[in-house]
This record gives sequence, structure tokens and C-alpha cells, in this order.
Amino acid sequence: MSIYSQISSNKTRTYIIFAIFIFLVSGFFYLVGLYSDSGPSYFVIGLLFSFFSTIGSYFLSDKIILFTVGAVEAKKEDYFDYYTVAENVSMAAGLPIPKLFVINDHAPNAFATGRDPKHAVVCVTTGLLERLDRTELEGVIAHEISHIKNYDILLASIVSVLVGTLALVSDWIMRSMWWGGFRGKDDDKDGRGGNPLFLIFMIFVFILTPLIATLIQLAISRKREFLADADGALLTRYPEGLARALEKISQYPHSMSSATTSTAHLFISNPFKKTKNQNWLLSLFSTHPPTQERINVLRSM
Amino acid sequence: MSIPIILIGVAVLLALYLIGTYNGLIVLKTRIQEALSGIDVQLKRRADLIPNLVETVKGYAKHERSVFENVTKARSSLMSATSLQEKAEANNQLTTALKSLFAVAESYPDLKASTNFQDLHRQLEDTEDKVAYSRQFYNSNVLEFNTKVQVFPTNIIANMLGFKQFEFFTATEEERKKVEVKFE
Repeated sequence: MSIYSQISSNKTRTYIIFAIFIFLVSGFFYLVGLYSDSGPSYFVIGLLFSFFSTIGSYFLSDKIILFTVGAVEAKKEDYFDYYTVAENVSMAAGLPIPKLFVINDHAPNAFATGRDPKHAVVCVTTGLLERLDRTELEGVIAHEISHIKNYDILLASIVSVLVGTLALVSDWIMRSMWWGGFRGKDDDKDGRGGNPLFLIFMIFVFILTPLIATLIQLAISRKREFLADADGALLTRYPEGLARALEKISQYPHSMSSATTSTAHLFISNPFKKTKNQNWLLSLFSTHPPTQERINVLRSM
Repeated sequence: MSIPIILIGVAVLLALYLIGTYNGLIVLKTRIQEALSGIDVQLKRRADLIPNLVETVKGYAKHERSVFENVTKARSSLMSATSLQEKAEANNQLTTALKSLFAVAESYPDLKASTNFQDLHRQLEDTEDKVAYSRQFYNSNVLEFNTKVQVFPTNIIANMLGFKQFEFFTATEEERKKVEVKFE
């Protein structure tokens, strides 16, 4: 796939996700509204809400994400290697230098966000800067800059913000139903609220929504990582740098404390480490391809 | 449909194709020129760092005269180079001269410990990276342009309008990224 078709595919997917999101949220509101006999007005609220959150996610996703993970801006005086490496790799890619941020976290990791190369952010943890040498850092930054160049950042950031919103909405509705919604049952003349089928359906929606959201996240992540690895290696002409960096990142035993499930797919390597009692269902939802596989591919270049 | 209309249609399509191709080539050519001035900026930055470095090293290792002379000579030939070929050669020369300068520095612990020297060393290494990366960007654009100019049917138009292939900016092998092999 050429880079241009990759870019247009990412843009199309972004619009599709906008549509799915608006459909899901307003449909969801409508169903909740049916339950309290005011479907249409709930539908309008849902429509407005989802419409404004998609617009917000387009323009503000980078800021929201940086705020969620607690990142601060990196200055050239404090982070000479990080800053200059980013300058150099952007030069090779022919892109403007992205804004640079750091997260104060011992776990080594990195991600990129923003909506296009002119509004792009690269963010790394302090643990990454401590552990990697300059060549390895170049590998990581080149991987992130490839994500920027391919517009992967647009899709990934929007998914991240919308999935976060979806989780918030279902949580909020769940609570309001719990405290007030069920009372309506006794007043309901036609008995629709008491319909067990409808209740089952509602429970399904509650489970399904986060499930769909997670599946969307999975759909975007895996193949892209391999592609960004390859493009990054093309920029540095030195795949071994990234391979060694990935090794170091995966060898670190602890999870990142600042990552959440809705931002996990943004990172270069899964911020959550496997625990011993992990079950098969969780591994189904893994957002990243196995690191060893990526290292093998890089070493065979 | 009459024949004149078809002919006009074909002419319009042909004109559109010509305009598109011409503009594409111009965009690439501008990008190459921009990339070239990017290399110049980095080469100049590199040359600007040298006098400072030489002064610092002189303070600790006065009698290594031949090393300083080589570095200064390479620097001035880089400053006066005009063609791409000359620039590439002078830059490679400077790299070799600097290598011996840093080798000399190895035997002066006080020099190695000075923060001024460390800072200059770091900046110089970064500038070398920058030269390498800006050259890479230039070369990849040149590759794209040269391919376009040679491929049919663009080559006909390019020939007609006098587009010439660009020169690559070449580097010696040793200047490329040092590959360390570690067994852990």
C-alpha cells in the first residue's frame, strides 16, 4: 500500500467512525428515552451531544489525550537528545517538527497524536529517555513520525477520545437508570417498561457498547504498527535501532501508571503488562501485535 | 456527436495532462531546491562550530598542531565549496579531520571532562546527524524527480520543457551511522 492510499484510508475510516459514533450514541439515547416515554427528545439530545463530541474530538483530541496522560511540554534545554532527534527525523521525513511532550513515568513508552502533520504531537515517557541511547531513540521517534505522516494519529486519537466518551456516557446512563429510571415501571400503563425482553435488550446494549468500542480500537492498531516500523526504518536507515528499543521497552516488567484503556492503542508498545492469571478473553482484546514478531521483522530488513 | 467536438475534447484533456505534469515537476523541483538549501544550512552550522571546538582543544593540547591545521583546512574548503560535488568532498574531508581531533582528545582527561568540550562534541554530533538527514531528504526527492523525468511519457514533456536530472549528494561509507554490534 502506498503512503497516499494509507492516508486516504485513514481519513475515510475517521469519517466512518464519526458516523458510527453518532449513530450509536443517538440510538442509545433514543432507547433510553423510550424507556421513560420521551424517545424523540432524548434522540435530539443524543444527536446534539454526539455531533459536538465528534467536532470536539477532531480539533481537541491531542489536548484531551495529553491532559489524560498527564504530559508536559519538553524544552530543548532539558531534553537535548529528544529534541534534536525529533528535529533530525522530521527533516528526513520532510515534515514540520511536531510539538514534543514528556510523561513522568518510569515505564518506557511513546506515542504520537494530533490531527495532521501541522498539528502533531510526539510524547515519550521519562523512562524511555533514561533507558534508550540516541540511535534507539531515533528508531522510536521515526516510528512515531511515520504515524504522523500516514495520518494514523488522526484516526487513533479520535477513536481514543470517542471511546472514552462512549464509556463515560454508558456509565452515566447506567447510574441515572439505577437511581431514578426503574421507578417509572410502576406508573407505566401499557406495561412496556416491565417487559423482560426489553430489559434484556437494555443490558445487551450496556455490554455491547463498550465491546463495539473496543473492537474498533483493535481494528485500527495492529497492522499499522508494522507499517510504521517499516516506514520508520526507511527514515533512519537503521532498523536495528528500533529493534533494540522495542526489546528494552518490552523487557520492562511494570505497567504504565498514566495509561488508560482508551489510550492504550496509541502507544508504541502495550502499556499494560501481562499478568500471570490473564485469561484468553483478555488476550483477544490485545491492542498490539506481539513485540517479538515486530523485532523479528525489523531484524530481517 | 460530431468529430470537431471529439477533437476539442481530446485537446482539452491533453492540455490538462500537460499542465498537471508540468506543475508536478515544478513542485518537485522546488522541493529539491529547498532540500538543497536545507543541507547548506546544516553544513554552515557545522562549519560555525569548528573554530570554537579548535580553540577549546587548543587550550589543553597545544602541540598537536598538525591536527588543528587539518581541521581548519577542511573547514575553509567546505566554506568555499560551491558545487555539490565539492561540498560533499569537503564535508567528508572535515569528517576525517574531526575524527583525528577527537582521537587526540581521548588522551587528555582534563579536556574530556570539560563541560564546554562535551557540549561542543554533542552539538557537533547532532549537526553531523542533521547533515546526514537533510542529505537523505534531498536524495529521496532527487530520486523521485529523476525517475519521473526518465519514465514514459513524462520524459517527452520533460525533454521538451528542458527539465534536467539532479545530482545526488553522496556520502562516503564510513560517514554513515556507526553500526555497533553488541552481544548481551
